[in-house]
Amino acid sequence: MEKIIRVNMADLSTRIEAVPAGWAGLGGRGLTSTIVAAEVPPTCHPLGPSNKLVFAPGLLTGTPAANSGRLSAGAKSPLTGTIKESNAGGTAAQMLARLGIKALIIEGIPKADAWYSLHVSMDGVTVQEETELVGKGNFAVIEALEARLGKKTGILTIGPAGELKMTAANISVKDPDSKIRSHGRGGLGAVMGSKKIKFISINDEGAPKVPIADPEKFRTASRAFAKALLDHPVSGEGLPTYGTNVLVNILHEAGGLPTKNFTAGQFDSHDKISGETLHETIVARGGKHKHGCHAGCIIQCSQVYHDKEGKYVTSGFEYETIWGLGADCCVDNLDDIARADNLMDDIGIDSIETAVMFGVAMEAGILPFGDGKGIIRLLEEEIAKGTALGRILGGGAGSVGKAYGVTRVPVVKNQGIPAYDPRSVKGIGITYATSTMGADHTAGYTIATNILNVGGFVDPLKKDGQVELSRNLQIATAAVDSTGMCIFVAFPALDIPECLPALIDMINARFGISLTGDDVTNLGKHILKVERQFNIEAGFTKEHDRLPEFFKSEPVAPHNAVWDFTDAEIDEFWNF
Amino acid sequence: MEITVKLFAMFRVGRFAAGTYKYREGITPADIAGELKIPEREVGIVLVNSRHAKLDHRLFEGDTLSLFPLVGGG
Repeated sequence: MEKIIRVNMADLSTRIEAVPAGWAGLGGRGLTSTIVAAEVPPTCHPLGPSNKLVFAPGLLTGTPAANSGRLSAGAKSPLTGTIKESNAGGTAAQMLARLGIKALIIEGIPKADAWYSLHVSMDGVTVQEETELVGKGNFAVIEALEARLGKKTGILTIGPAGELKMTAANISVKDPDSKIRSHGRGGLGAVMGSKKIKFISINDEGAPKVPIADPEKFRTASRAFAKALLDHPVSGEGLPTYGTNVLVNILHEAGGLPTKNFTAGQFDSHDKISGETLHETIVARGGKHKHGCHAGCIIQCSQVYHDKEGKYVTSGFEYETIWGLGADCCVDNLDDIARADNLMDDIGIDSIETAVMFGVAMEAGILPFGDGKGIIRLLEEEIAKGTALGRILGGGAGSVGKAYGVTRVPVVKNQGIPAYDPRSVKGIGITYATSTMGADHTAGYTIATNILNVGGFVDPLKKDGQVELSRNLQIATAAVDSTGMCIFVAFPALDIPECLPALIDMINARFGISLTGDDVTNLGKHILKVERQFNIEAGFTKEHDRLPEFFKSEPVAPHNAVWDFTDAEIDEFWNF
Repeated sequence: MEITVKLFAMFRVGRFAAGTYKYREGITPADIAGELKIPEREVGIVLVNSRHAKLDHRLFEGDTLSLFPLVGGG
C-alpha cells in the first residue's frame, strides 16, 4: 500500500498516513505542488516553521518504464517567494517508490540548536541527531554515509550552502556512481537547511517491486515507449553523443547564446566550450560521453569529464552550466568550468543560478570577465566558507545585483534567466515571464520548436505563435513532471505519434485506470492553476510576469532584437 | 560565388568544421548537403546568416550556411 510519511521537526515526531483519495492519482510535481498549495500558507516565510519540504517520486517511478526515475522536491521557494518544484535524477526516487512512499513531507523547525538526519526504510522513518557530517561538502557526506550505512544507501544531502540557508542552495541526490544530481533551482537546499536536516538516507532492502495492475499491457506500452525514445534522433543519437552541451554552437549560430552578462547573443570562443569539443576532450582523456542519471535511463545525456591526467573532475556537466560560466562569463577554458561545476556540486549550490550570478558579479566588478580561476577562488574561499561576500554571492544573481547596484540583472521573480536570450528566442521569454517557478527554461521548453525544429517550427525572432507555444508546452510539461519522466522524453513525444499514447498506456496499466490524452492535458492545466493560485495568494500579480527592463531597451546582436511583447500579449498566456 | 559552410555535431565527422568555398550561382543548402554526402533526411536545422532557412533556400555571395543534424538538449 502506498503511504504518506510526515516528519515534524518541531517535536521530531514521525507519522505514516494513508494516501488521501484526492492525492491518489497524483505524483511528482502534481503531488508536491498540490501538497504545498494545500498545507503551506502562501504568505509564510520560506525559511520559517510554516513552510514544508515535500519529496515525491513520479507516477511511473520504480516501474521498468524507461527514463522514469525522477524525484520531485517542492516547497515555497526562498529565492522566488513562489511555489517551487525542482526535479532530479539519482537513485532516491526509485527507492522511495519501491518503499511505497507516495510523498515525504517535512514540517516545522527544531527547537534545539542541533542538526539532524532522517533515515527512511521498510520500518518507516527515523530522526537522528547528526554531528559528524555537519559542515561537510556533499561528496564527503556521500562517502561517509556509504561507509556508515552501506554502498547501496540512497542519499539526499545539503552542502555548506544549504546549511547557511543561501537562497541558491540546492539539494543533492546521490547518483548510480555515488556522484551527484541536483534539485537545483529555487533554493530548496536552504529550506532543508532551515529544518536542520543535513541529509536523508534511504534503505530499500526488503521493499517489494512497484505493483503493476496490468503487467502485459504495461510491457507492450513500455516497449513502444522505449522504441520511440531510441528512434528519435535527438534522444536516440544526439544527446547520448554530445550531451546537452551540443546547444552551445546551435545557440551561438542562431544568435541566442547570452554572452557577457546578456550583452551579446554570440560568443567568439564558442567552439572552445562546445559540445563537439567537450565530446572530443572526454573521449581523448578516457572519460565517458554517455551516462545516465538513474537506472533505466536509455537516453544517457550525461557524461563523466576527466582532467588531462585522466582523473575524474565532474559529471552531469550540462549545457546551462557550461553556457553560464562559459559564454555569459566569457570563460573559454572547459577545465576551469568543469572544476567549478564539481565545486558547486560539493558546496551544494545551483549551477544555473550561480553561473548567472557570476555574470552579474563580473559586471559589478567583483572579478573580471573571463576569469575562470577567479570563479573557482570565489567558490572555494567565499561561498563555501560563508563569508559576508560569499553569502551575497550565494543569494544568486538578484542578490548580487542589489548589493552592487547593477541594473542589468537577468532574473524573473528573482530567479536567474538560463541559457537562451529571450530577445532572439522569443518563445522562451514567454516561458520565463509566465512560469509559476520564476525564470525556468524547463517549464516550457520552446527552444525545441523555436530553434531545434522539434514539434514543428515557430520563428524565434517573431512574436507570432509564441504565447500559444509556451502555453501548450507548459501544460504538457506540468503533466510530464508528474510522471517521474525525464523531460527529454518530450523530444520524441513531440514528433513520434506513438510516444505519448504509450506513456499514457503505461500509467493506465500501472494503476488499472483509463486516462485519455485529454485527461493528461487537463492534469497539466490543473497543476499550473494550483501553482498560480498559490503565487497570487503569496502576493504575485500579472505585473510580476515581466522580463527585466533592459531586454526592452538594449538590442542584442547579431539580430539587434529587443523584447517587444506588450503586457497584454504576455497576459494572454493565462487565458485557458 | 563564395559561401562559408559550417558543419556541426556528427556532420563534422570525416568532413570539416568550417570553410569558405566557391559555389555556382543559385545553389541551395540541399545542393551543398548533397555535395557533402549528407542525406537530406538527416539535416535537422539549416541556418543562413543566423536565420532559420529551408533546404531550397537560394544562397547568395557571402552567405554563411550552418548545417546541423537533428540534435537537442536543455
